[in-house]
Amino acid sequence: MAQLSYREAVAYGIAQEMRRDPKLVMLGEDIAAAGGVFKTTVGLLDEFGPDRIKDTPISEQAIVGAAMGAAMTGIPVIAELMFSDFVAVTWDMIANEIAKTRYMTDGQVALPLVIRTANGGGVRFGAQHSQSVENWCMMIPGLKVVAPSTPTDVIGLMAASVRDPDPVVFFEHKALMAMSEEIPDGEIVDELGKAKILREGTDVTIAALAAMVPKALEAAERLAADGISAEVIDVRSLMPLDTRTILGSVSKTGRFYTVEENPRVLGWGAEVVSIVTDEAFWDLDGPCIRITTPHIPLPAAASLEDMAIPSVDRIYETVRRTAGGSA
Amino acid sequence: MTSRKAGLGRGLEALIPIHGETTSSRPPGQTSANGSSMFRLINPDGTVRDRLPVTLEEMKSLYADMVEARVYDDKSMAMQRQGRLATYAPFRGQEAAQIGAAAALRPGDWVSGTYRDAALNWKAGYPWKLLILGRTGDERGGQVPEGVNVMPPSITVGGHMIHAVGLAWAERLKGTDRIALTSFGDGATSEGDFHEAMNFAAVYETPTVFLCQNNGWAISYPVEEQTRSETIADKALAYGMPGVRVDGNDVIAVLVAVREAAERAREGEGPSLVEAVTYRLGPHTTADDPGRYRKDDEVAAWEELDPLVRVRRLLERSGAWTESWQQSLETEASNRIEEAVAWAESVPEPEPDDMFKRMFAEPTPNLVEQEREATGRG
Ligand SMILES: Cc1ncc(C[n+]2csc(CCOP(=O)(O)OP(=O)(O)O)c2C)c(N)n1
Ligand SMILES: [Mg+2]
Repeated sequence: MAQLSYREAVAYGIAQEMRRDPKLVMLGEDIAAAGGVFKTTVGLLDEFGPDRIKDTPISEQAIVGAAMGAAMTGIPVIAELMFSDFVAVTWDMIANEIAKTRYMTDGQVALPLVIRTANGGGVRFGAQHSQSVENWCMMIPGLKVVAPSTPTDVIGLMAASVRDPDPVVFFEHKALMAMSEEIPDGEIVDELGKAKILREGTDVTIAALAAMVPKALEAAERLAADGISAEVIDVRSLMPLDTRTILGSVSKTGRFYTVEENPRVLGWGAEVVSIVTDEAFWDLDGPCIRITTPHIPLPAAASLEDMAIPSVDRIYETVRRTAGGSA
Repeated sequence: MTSRKAGLGRGLEALIPIHGETTSSRPPGQTSANGSSMFRLINPDGTVRDRLPVTLEEMKSLYADMVEARVYDDKSMAMQRQGRLATYAPFRGQEAAQIGAAAALRPGDWVSGTYRDAALNWKAGYPWKLLILGRTGDERGGQVPEGVNVMPPSITVGGHMIHAVGLAWAERLKGTDRIALTSFGDGATSEGDFHEAMNFAAVYETPTVFLCQNNGWAISYPVEEQTRSETIADKALAYGMPGVRVDGNDVIAVLVAVREAAERAREGEGPSLVEAVTYRLGPHTTADDPGRYRKDDEVAAWEELDPLVRVRRLLERSGAWTESWQQSLETEASNRIEEAVAWAESVPEPEPDDMFKRMFAEPTPNLVEQEREATGRG
């Protein structure tokens, strides 16, 4: 057992896969000598050398596009985009090329490719370096999308993503980098498309992703003190989406909440809520409620940013106010 | 490279006879010793290579501006360490490139620069107090005063170079003689945006000046890895515009080269590229530790080429520099910066509804509802 931070877990997970598959390479800006601007790739250059851990010019289209080209020949590639905001800089590659290649070759061409990127706010980086763009990627047919909330999940889902024959966008959350936990010994391999119930409850179901997970857990703790028993689900993977776990929980509790950092309109929870109302309508005791960032860019000012992103208080208050009758 | 002649700014050769000469004192750290010329007027020891196209008073005033910029930069670094500013990107070492370039512009010209261009922006009219407010993490610092045509600093690398094409094109449409200057780093030339902007500007013949501050590094990535072109200026050739390489630590060389490019643009002769060879003496930002990727002796060698020291030596030689003058420059600059800081720190915290108000000309009904939810008000 080792104690690892979320940021260390990224390098740990990549190293695990690089040792397993000598073909695997990674490219990105400032990932080699500098160890990544979020220090998520520290030590990889030393262990795997400059042919496998490659710094790049500041050319996001080329980073992702070259990764795609290499992946098409069967070389598995991890491409890093320093900030997830820059998926917009390379959107043609991601949305038009990578997502559609298998489809347009009638299923023939696999793209063993992982696009890793630092996502999310809470770190005072302002409107262009703080976005949560998991919903952008979720809405493009042909992409798989994961967003781990713990160091162990980072490692396990990294392995699952690298081993997947299709392109995966892997969101690492900036606000979670310092979080640390004990991780199990030996190889850690998880599965895409599996949500996790982190806390069992009977009155309400709260589904959260990435940095919203610890907040949902804390809110659940406070709700418990008020006699409201909340089940907290870490969604982990938006595509594929584990509807079974979510629907199972809702059929038990009858109340459904999402906690989303992405801006409100067409956030990932909108899709999940739509599935819940389609498939579990008769189990619901009230409306599904989405707790989200408003439909605004994130402000740079600390006080405003904290207000914009769902807080433990907002989750707690919203559930307490609306879960009426459940408790 | 014989082709490089074709890339020189029109008239520049005439103005500066030494233009084609290869500089012997190539700044260290630029390992691609290619023998291509670099335009320089003031040597690091303060001697001059030609008659300078400025008066002594103008020289002193440019020096004062550089001192003020340095005071701002030092103050910002200190404030960031004290938790009073968000992440800060210092421009230490690049004062000559920024002050020289801005000095070449006329009021009303557009400036579209980066997170590292505070000195350029200030000299072009953006007040310190708003730059500081912006760095405290307040969008109100991004509100540019009336009549100042300086874009707020671009945080995403690349896009702002293209804006300068549109800004310049629009001034053509309006029939003014304004030009647009865009400043960017060596690293930014690897973005597709750079190439699209250069080509577009050339094809549209927009009055755009592309100013690359080649400071040797893009975070941890050295310029010789960034590109296999011998120089950044070389890239101009491919787009059919003049490209010139200047000693970016020589404020007058930068001034002359940018002025030449600006006047050319103003006269309807289209865009040019100026590569100012300089060095980032500080970290990439306050969140960066350059010790992880570059050697101290490289930095030390560039400290020797400090753009302020060079002008001070020149002024000393002309008997125009004294210790007490230096003291008074620093004190006055420091007072002005302190005043700007005091103003920025006295601005009341932004109101929660600010973030909704600034979304559209009129807030949409859904936003009004979301504001209520997020702020718990109303
Ligand atoms: C599209 C995009 N890619 C990457 C970054 C991260 N980043 C910020 S500054 C920088 C280096 C830029 O280097 P250069 O253009 O040489 O300018 P300098 O910082 O040296 O002034 C990088 C990679 C970004 N902000 N935007
Ligand atoms: Mg640079």
